[in-house]
Amino acid sequence: MSNLTHVLTSTGRQAWVGARLLLVATLLLGIGYPAVIWAAGQVVPGHEASIGQDFPVADDDWFHGRPSANDDDGLASGPSNLGPSSPDLLDLIEQRRAAVAQVEGVDPGSVPADALTASASGLDRFISPEYAALQVDRVAQDRGLSVAEVERLVRAHTSGRQLGFLGQPRVDVLALNRALEGAD
Amino acid sequence: MNDTTSGLLTIAVLGLLLALLWAPFGDHMARVVTGTRHARLERGLYRLLGVDPEAQQSARSYATSVLAFSAVGIALLVAILMGQQHLPFSRGLPGMPWDMALNTAVSFVTNTNWQSYAGESTLGFTAQMAGLAVQNFLSAAVGICVAVALVRGFLASRSGTVGNFWVDLVRVTGRVLLPVAVVGAVLLLTQGVVQSFADQTITTVTGGSQVVPGGPVAGQEAIKQLGTNGGGFFNANSAHPFENPTPFSNLLQILMLLLVPVCLTRTFGTMIGSRRQGLTVLGAMAALFTASLAVAAWAETTGQGVAARAAGAAMEGKETQFGAWGSILYSTATTSTSTGAVNASHDSLTPAGGGAALVNMMLGEVSPGGVGSGLYGMLVMAVVTVFVAGLMVGRTPELLGKKIGRPEITWVALTTLITPAIVLIGVGVAIALPSTRDALGNTGVHGFSEVVYAFTSAANNNGSAFGGITVTSTFFQLALATAMLLGRFGSIVLVLALAGSLARQRPVPTTAGTLSTQTVLFGSLLVGVVLLVTGLTYLPSLALGPVAEALTNGALS
Repeated sequence: MSNLTHVLTSTGRQAWVGARLLLVATLLLGIGYPAVIWAAGQVVPGHEASIGQDFPVADDDWFHGRPSANDDDGLASGPSNLGPSSPDLLDLIEQRRAAVAQVEGVDPGSVPADALTASASGLDRFISPEYAALQVDRVAQDRGLSVAEVERLVRAHTSGRQLGFLGQPRVDVLALNRALEGAD
Repeated sequence: MNDTTSGLLTIAVLGLLLALLWAPFGDHMARVVTGTRHARLERGLYRLLGVDPEAQQSARSYATSVLAFSAVGIALLVAILMGQQHLPFSRGLPGMPWDMALNTAVSFVTNTNWQSYAGESTLGFTAQMAGLAVQNFLSAAVGICVAVALVRGFLASRSGTVGNFWVDLVRVTGRVLLPVAVVGAVLLLTQGVVQSFADQTITTVTGGSQVVPGGPVAGQEAIKQLGTNGGGFFNANSAHPFENPTPFSNLLQILMLLLVPVCLTRTFGTMIGSRRQGLTVLGAMAALFTASLAVAAWAETTGQGVAARAAGAAMEGKETQFGAWGSILYSTATTSTSTGAVNASHDSLTPAGGGAALVNMMLGEVSPGGVGSGLYGMLVMAVVTVFVAGLMVGRTPELLGKKIGRPEITWVALTTLITPAIVLIGVGVAIALPSTRDALGNTGVHGFSEVVYAFTSAANNNGSAFGGITVTSTFFQLALATAMLLGRFGSIVLVLALAGSLARQRPVPTTAGTLSTQTVLFGSLLVGVVLLVTGLTYLPSLALGPVAEALTNGALS
């Protein structure tokens, strides 16, 4: 019995030490640390990050983005989580292929994979250069711009691999559409 | 440059950076945990806590400290999560329901960071930074402390002591995790990760309205990776443009989550005075990692599976900028380290790619595993390996100068059994419940894989998910919380019992008959034992899940 009492007191004493340490940690790591990083953020130059917006395939005026599992809702990021053999996903891929092929007036076989699949974040503002190229003629015609002018805008919003080797070549649809709005 | 060259070059640069950091950072950690001097601030803190920093604890006392500290941590975190509406920057959000709060608190204190909630729609900023991020630091530090205590058990000569938990905890947090997290957070800021205290509502280009979430993300993101925690600020985790905005930040995050587990093998080697021994352990970890990466990279970059073939590439649930290579390197690293951060939907990975992620966790998170837990997990497997080798030649097995006798092998056997037992019992119970069917996001074998993945992730303290499964029912909240608690603290108590048992022994001299444990041969044997233990335990559930899906091309969906 005395052994048990000893164990309990010891555990209680350790918990009391732990509680005090936890409070100190909460102040230093939970408030001090994020405040320091916030202050650093005021002086450190950073890339401008933004989340994707909805440019649906039904809307002819814009370069279309990738399908989003949540319609680009900024408060509900996330993927479809449909599995690699999901019949629902197969249906979606075929529907998207048909819709894009029709809107762009191209062969269904030429629609690239990023136009047929939803991103992981649901907020992907990038598309592949192939998908952008597929849309140039339609956008130029719809907006009354020359194909050369639209191609120039696409090039201006295309990024290669970061540092020459990291990541995928991509077109920023959000920035491109913003620039398109200014070009009219 | 084509995608393959880009992907292989990215892996090469990652390997090079780790190779460069291995010795200096590993030795830094060794100095931190073996140094005899206390900083002035630390002395002040020990006085405040009423702790004698020179006192040495028995393994039992060390374990009591770990458990008491973690219990207090869970209690405070539950209170913060349930009462967050009373805190500043709560974004007008209500407190979490009790079962979700308990699951989340257990999840972050056990270094799992399983998330049954969506960050941006559930949590205010104070709950994230003063609740969750604090445990990102502390739970990671606890893992390192336990690993160091085990190493001290090998080093001790009949003292029976394994160090001072409070000193280890303070030093690892203050001298290792915090400084590196600050550097990492600043680098993430340069890539565009946000650190703000307000959401914004903007007018979109097409004239609609969109809420652009904010938050103290950069700081939390840095420790989320460094501590192999993995809990995302946002629901989409590191696929979200505000958590992981560029391919550079993607590589940086992978580097940060591998940094401590990889370099701890050097810390181990330096502490025991045989760097080659550390290298042997690292070699075994690297072999397992590379094999898994090769399988997954093949499956993802060649677009295996019916959906990927229909779309032309495995891009469902992946970000354009990361592509197949940047996603699969991330998913392999995050599941091999018990991090569980994701930059792609693991549920949508190809059958072999998702299967590889599952196997990485089933290995027991030892390739290289979580911060600390990877090292102690691999040392436990090393004990099994010398035991098996000892049986073959009929000698009493020894490891690092300590005899592996009956008490030691008992603790080790229980450690290797506890996690698989939790997983298999958990899956069995969940599958037997009729309600589980409605919780699945996919049908057929893939739905079964979602359940296996959930319990494997929870019990091995990874935290990633086949996210289609809905785990907000009270059953799943409590079952997975139990899996996380037993998986974490069951292992820790057993590992510390092993440490104590080793620490009470007098070291035996090395003789010509001692099995050398710092050779390629031993490293290979270690890999074999890890694969054997995993295979014997999990092959049936793998066969019913990802293997069936891959071989039938989804015909069983």
